[in-house]
Amino acid sequence: MTVTFGPTVDELAPRPPAPENGRRRDAAFEYVRVGSYDEAVEALEHYGARAKVLAGGQSLVPMMNLRLVRPGVLIDINGIDAGQPYFELDRLVLPAMTRYCEVLASPTVSAGSPLLAAAVSRVGNVRVRNRGTLGGSLAQGEATAELGAVMLALGSEIIVYGPRGYRTIAAEDFFLGYLTTSLQPEEVITGLCLPLARPRRGWSFHEMSRRSGSSAIVGVAANVELAPDGGEISSARLGLIGVADRPVVGSFEAVSSLEGEVPTLAQLDAVAFAVAAATCPVDDVQASGSYRRRMVRVLARRALNEAVLRAGGRVGTA
Amino acid sequence: MTPQQVTLRVNGVLRDVLVAPSDTLLDVLHDRLGLKDVRYGCGEGVCGTCTVLLDGDPVSSCLMYAVQVEEREIVTLLGLLGEDEALHPLQEAFLRLGGSQCGFCTPGVILTAYSLAERTPRPSRDQIRYELGGSLCRCTGYTKIFDAIESYLEDRACIEEQALN
Repeated sequence: MTVTFGPTVDELAPRPPAPENGRRRDAAFEYVRVGSYDEAVEALEHYGARAKVLAGGQSLVPMMNLRLVRPGVLIDINGIDAGQPYFELDRLVLPAMTRYCEVLASPTVSAGSPLLAAAVSRVGNVRVRNRGTLGGSLAQGEATAELGAVMLALGSEIIVYGPRGYRTIAAEDFFLGYLTTSLQPEEVITGLCLPLARPRRGWSFHEMSRRSGSSAIVGVAANVELAPDGGEISSARLGLIGVADRPVVGSFEAVSSLEGEVPTLAQLDAVAFAVAAATCPVDDVQASGSYRRRMVRVLARRALNEAVLRAGGRVGTA
Repeated sequence: MTPQQVTLRVNGVLRDVLVAPSDTLLDVLHDRLGLKDVRYGCGEGVCGTCTVLLDGDPVSSCLMYAVQVEEREIVTLLGLLGEDEALHPLQEAFLRLGGSQCGFCTPGVILTAYSLAERTPRPSRDQIRYELGGSLCRCTGYTKIFDAIESYLEDRACIEEQALN
């Protein structure tokens, strides 16, 4: 009997010879530095699908070092003057090139979006936070990126710039699948737009990971709003990471059942259970799917409870 | 892909090197400039052995390209040495308290701790732990590393206080 195998990885994508020191390293590429988003889009149009945008490089460069991606051209946007986060009406606007360390140091962010600040404090390690950018994280679209949970829980928007000018994408429409977003090949993210924190709005972020700085096994961001004159919940949203091929919104059906309620702990647990039941996480090297689903229930309950309390509401014990 | 000449400022000295765009900062510092205190560990920015200070902040040199850092201040562990290569007090503390065993992670650990100490005069043990979460050490179990850093911070605070009196 003859067994035929398909082409090997090396036949499909031949590798250059290993360097003398035996170290894995990235393939050759062309390096283009741009000073504005106009130039970045021009370069993206010119080089096409071979090009990748280099922001902080804390996800892209590891993938290049592992040879998971091999762009022919890197368009470095680090020279673009990022500017600072600022308030605009009832929104917090963050330039895409805002680095995690700047998020953590910014009084504007800690006042305008404490949820973002709390989530970012769980990102990677100090070196990742010193280089990594908000826009870069979004563009990568990782299923376990803390920022994804925050964007979805808050109902935020992503501002992108391309050949036809600016457009705004709602976070729900942004994450499409595994490392896939609705960002077009010739577009670049320029900013993020988050609803401002305000009285009677509460937040919470809970994440579990094997080690500090490891990617999340499961993470939950909660955003709860109370009615202006009572303890009833007027709206609640959850953003989940680590449970699908991308960051996802916690079951709308389950979470919206809290509207008009002054919840009890048992009610929050029932909602958390329903949110968990609606997810279909898969097994991977870090945790099994069923374990992840059970952790969604635990973390969602804690996050909802904490968010209600932060909003100034109460949670009954009955 | 054409090699280009860049001028790097490493430990206060300007160095001209011919680099390809794909040469990481780590490649250039370790292989070309012979800095043995910058080390290849994981190539993914996770382990911390290739840490250098870029304008004072710790970064993974395996995740940056040499062409990106022209005219920026790069400091490796050797850059902390005093006159006649005298050890930095932080290094002395590591020696005194056994904060280093095989030594492979030590440059990254010390640079990260140094940068924390420069920004935060009296960090708590939890702050130290948080900051060093990305510096993996397979020998010490971390306790002695944290002890050494705390000892350095205490000594430094004492010296500063004495200088005031």
